[in-house]
Amino acid sequence: MKKIEAIIREEKLEAVRKALETESYLGMTVSEVCGRGREGGLALQWRAGEYRVEFLPKMKIEVVVLDEDLSRVLLAITTNARTGERGDGKIFVTSVEDAIRIRTGDSGVDAI
Amino acid sequence: MAINSGDTAWLLISSALVMLMTPGLAFFYGGMVRRKNLLSTIMMSFACLSLVGILWILYGYSLSFGPDRSGIIGGLEWIGLNGVGQDPSSIYATTVPHLAFMIYQAMFAIITVALFTGAVVERMKFSAILVFSALWLTLVYAPVAHWVWGSGGWLARLGVLDFAGGIVVHISAGVSAISLALLLGPRKGFREGTPMEPNNIPLVMLGAGLLWFGWFGFNAGSALTSGGLAANAFVTTNIAGGAAALTWMMLSWIYKRPSALGMATGAVVGLAAITPAAGFVTPLAAIPIGAIAAVLSYYLMLFRMKRGVDESLDVWACHGIGGTWGALAAGIFASTAVNSAGANGLLHGNPMQLLKQLLAVGIVWIFAFGMTWLLGKLVDKTIGLRVSETEETVGLDISQHGERAYGGLLR
Repeated sequence: MKKIEAIIREEKLEAVRKALETESYLGMTVSEVCGRGREGGLALQWRAGEYRVEFLPKMKIEVVVLDEDLSRVLLAITTNARTGERGDGKIFVTSVEDAIRIRTGDSGVDAI
Repeated sequence: MAINSGDTAWLLISSALVMLMTPGLAFFYGGMVRRKNLLSTIMMSFACLSLVGILWILYGYSLSFGPDRSGIIGGLEWIGLNGVGQDPSSIYATTVPHLAFMIYQAMFAIITVALFTGAVVERMKFSAILVFSALWLTLVYAPVAHWVWGSGGWLARLGVLDFAGGIVVHISAGVSAISLALLLGPRKGFREGTPMEPNNIPLVMLGAGLLWFGWFGFNAGSALTSGGLAANAFVTTNIAGGAAALTWMMLSWIYKRPSALGMATGAVVGLAAITPAAGFVTPLAAIPIGAIAAVLSYYLMLFRMKRGVDESLDVWACHGIGGTWGALAAGIFASTAVNSAGANGLLHGNPMQLLKQLLAVGIVWIFAFGMTWLLGKLVDKTIGLRVSETEETVGLDISQHGERAYGGLLR
């Protein structure tokens, strides 16, 4: 089992959710996050003059997938989250030791 | 003199309108601070609403408007509203109950004290706000109100024009604001460039809207009668607010984009600027009064920032400068054709009036700055002005009030 953490543009959330659904992954966790990459921050207006905001709003999707599905899911996320401009985000993949479905107590791959 | 029901109704409504400005100010300021200090900023205004309202009837009104003592201060004859009743006063607003005039003036005192709190948000201790406010009402507001508006006040006798408080309200609060901010020092991280992001600009717009609405009571109510003069002040008020809001919007557009925060700020600056002049100038004169106020305030705000002075919500740049320009503008644009009880200004052949205005502005600047500094020092040496560093980091909502503006994890 692998956990995918994809930090993407806010407006790409719906497209990525649909793509995951197509790959039969209905379950996921989504959070509003702030971060920065190579695009840097943003200058906003104060009453007169400006101030800088260094962290920009993004969406983080967490989804745990079977090893054999990993490359397909990663491809689905990257194609659907990409604009080609700076600020498209990043994906991190980690190994997951176990998973448990709270309702039934199922564990391991059965819980996904 | 007999009570006039139209005048009385208008003055009572105007008192309620001015009352609403203080919660309006609370939102106006509250929206501009960081999320962790939103409630504490709102509380500063609400505390003034309650505290100053009580101090005013106990002794504030008597000190400001009571029987004159050498042009400097009012006597204590009216303390606890002694002799201030349902019959009209023989001196002030002689067609309405004395109580109506008293409560109208109470609302002015309340918002003036609330105004300067914008300078010290996010770091001044709540207990210190209460003590300082009481001292400031007694030793800054009351004397200045007496000088300018009290029967026998020395600036009033000199013929200084201040229709609704450009000098008494906006200069005294705005200049005191910078004095207290200098004494208190900047917020933690201010000079290091930590972003101080406004938590809710819609709240600022709501507050500006309430202020604009209440300002009709502030300025048109200051006619103290319900007639042509009130209508003139009402119209000039709306024009100056609009002219300044548009000017500020254009300035922000020139540099970047038409800013909402900028437009709200501009409106307040224009409204402050027309305050001393509203019942002395023609409607058309309100356009340059508002527009010039916005330009002056905009660039002085940038200047203030460049100097690294953390007068956090620019009470000085907005109210101090708006009030100063407005008081001088009254000396330029005033016409006895608008208000026979007023005077002619520079443009109507009376340069002396501008000099009188300049003198009053200068005196009140020096007095407000100096007295605020002394009172601030006194509070600092006794109970302390500032919260601790940890309390400031945590935020004043939790450290001063044990509450927070927005609910927690569980919705």
